[in-house]
Amino acid sequence: MALSVREYRARIKSTESMKKITRAMELIAASRIIKAQQRAQAAAPYARELTRAVSAVATFSNVDHALTVEPENPRKAAVLIVTSDRGLAGAYSSSVLKEAERLVEKLKGEGKDVDLYTSGRKGEAYFKFRQRRVVQAWTGFSDQPTYDVAAEIGATLIATFLAEEGDDEVAAVDEVHVVYTRFRSMLLQEPTAVRLLPLEVVEGTEPPEEGDLLPLYEFEPSPSDVLDSLLPRYVQSRIFFALLQAAASELAARQKAMKAATDNADELIKKYKRIANQARQAGITQEISEIVGGVNALADAQAGSE
Amino acid sequence: MAESTDKVLQVELVAADRLVWSGQATMVIARTTEGDVGILPNHAPLLSSIIEGVVDVQTVDGETWIAAVDAGFLSVADNRVSILSERAEMSHEIDLEKARQDLERAKTSGENDDAAEEAVRRAEARIRAAERAS
Repeated sequence: MALSVREYRARIKSTESMKKITRAMELIAASRIIKAQQRAQAAAPYARELTRAVSAVATFSNVDHALTVEPENPRKAAVLIVTSDRGLAGAYSSSVLKEAERLVEKLKGEGKDVDLYTSGRKGEAYFKFRQRRVVQAWTGFSDQPTYDVAAEIGATLIATFLAEEGDDEVAAVDEVHVVYTRFRSMLLQEPTAVRLLPLEVVEGTEPPEEGDLLPLYEFEPSPSDVLDSLLPRYVQSRIFFALLQAAASELAARQKAMKAATDNADELIKKYKRIANQARQAGITQEISEIVGGVNALADAQAGSE
Repeated sequence: MAESTDKVLQVELVAADRLVWSGQATMVIARTTEGDVGILPNHAPLLSSIIEGVVDVQTVDGETWIAAVDAGFLSVADNRVSILSERAEMSHEIDLEKARQDLERAKTSGENDDAAEEAVRRAEARIRAAERAS
C-alpha cells in the first residue's frame, strides 16, 4: 500500500469522523437504555396486578375460556417475531431471526403450518428478501414501544386465535408464539421463544403456600365476564412486556456494537498514522538523498572540469 | 365500625405503562359495569370490571384525588385496592381544552359502533374529572 502521505491523511480524517458518529451512537444508546429499563420497570406493577387477578379468577372459578382451551389437533401456528427497526446493533436482529427460524422449523416438524407476524423493519425486510409471506408487520416503534401498539398487536393475534377455520377475514390459527430478545443484563440478551396462546395455567405465580391462600373474591358482574375482559388484557400486557424487553435489548446490543466500532476506528487511526508517518519519513529521506546526490554530482562535475 | 377507624386502604392506580398513583385512602369510588361502587376499609374481596369513568380517592389527609380511567379492573383484597386500566390520568394531568375537543370529535365522527361510544365515554370521563378537580 504505497500511497502518498496526503491520501493517508484523508483516510485518517474519514476514519476519525466515522469514529465520532459511532461514539455518538454509543452514547445515545447508553442514555436511552436507562429510559427503556425505567419504562420496563414502570410497566411491572400493571403486569403484576393483572397476573394476580388472573390467578385469582383461575383459582376460584372453573370457567373455561376460549383463550385457554387447548385445541385438540393444532395444525396452524402464528409466530410473532420482535425485531428492531434499525440496524447497527450487532447481531441483535439476526440472532432473534435465527431463533425464530428454529421455532418455525420445529413447528413444521410437528406438522403445523406457520403464519408469520413481525414487528420491526428488520424482520419485515428479512422475509421480504426471501419472498416469504408475512401476514402482518408492524414497524416504527422498536426502541420505544407504547402500550397502544402492544394492544393493537394483541388484538390482532387474539382475533386470529379465536377465528374459526374457514373465516375469510382473518387467518385462523391454533396457537400463537412470540419470539423476542430477553434483556438479562447489559452484557447478555437472549433470544427467547414463548407460547402465548392458548394461555397456559397461569405462569409467573408461585403456588400459594399453606395459609397464604388467595382471598375469596366476589366477581362482578360474573366470573366469566371478568375473565372475558381480563384475559385479552393479560395477553396484551405480555406482548407489551416482550416489546419492552426487546427495546432494552436492542439498545444494549447497539451500545455494545457501537463501542466495538469506536474501538476499531481508534485502532485503524493508530495504524494509518504509523503508515503515514513512515511514508512521510521515507519522502524526507528520499529528498535528502536526492539533494546529497545532486551536490555530489555537481562537485564531481566541477572537479572533472578543473 | 369502631375497629375500622385505624384501618386504611392501600390504593394503587395502575396504568399499563406506569403507576399513576399510590397511597393510603379512606374511600375509593369507581364505576363498574354494574354501576358506581364505593370501597371502604374492610370491604369484602372483590374483583370487578370497570368502565371508562372517574375514580374518586379520598386520602387519609382528607384530600380528594380524581382520576379519569379507561375500561379495566378493580380488585379489592385485605384492604388493598388496585385499579388497573390501560390508560389512566390524574385530573391535574388532563388538558381540559383538549379533552373537550376530543369529545367534539368523538361525537361528530358519526360512527355508531362500540368503539365510538367508548371514545365518547372516555372523553366525557376526562372532562368530568378535570372539571370536578378545578
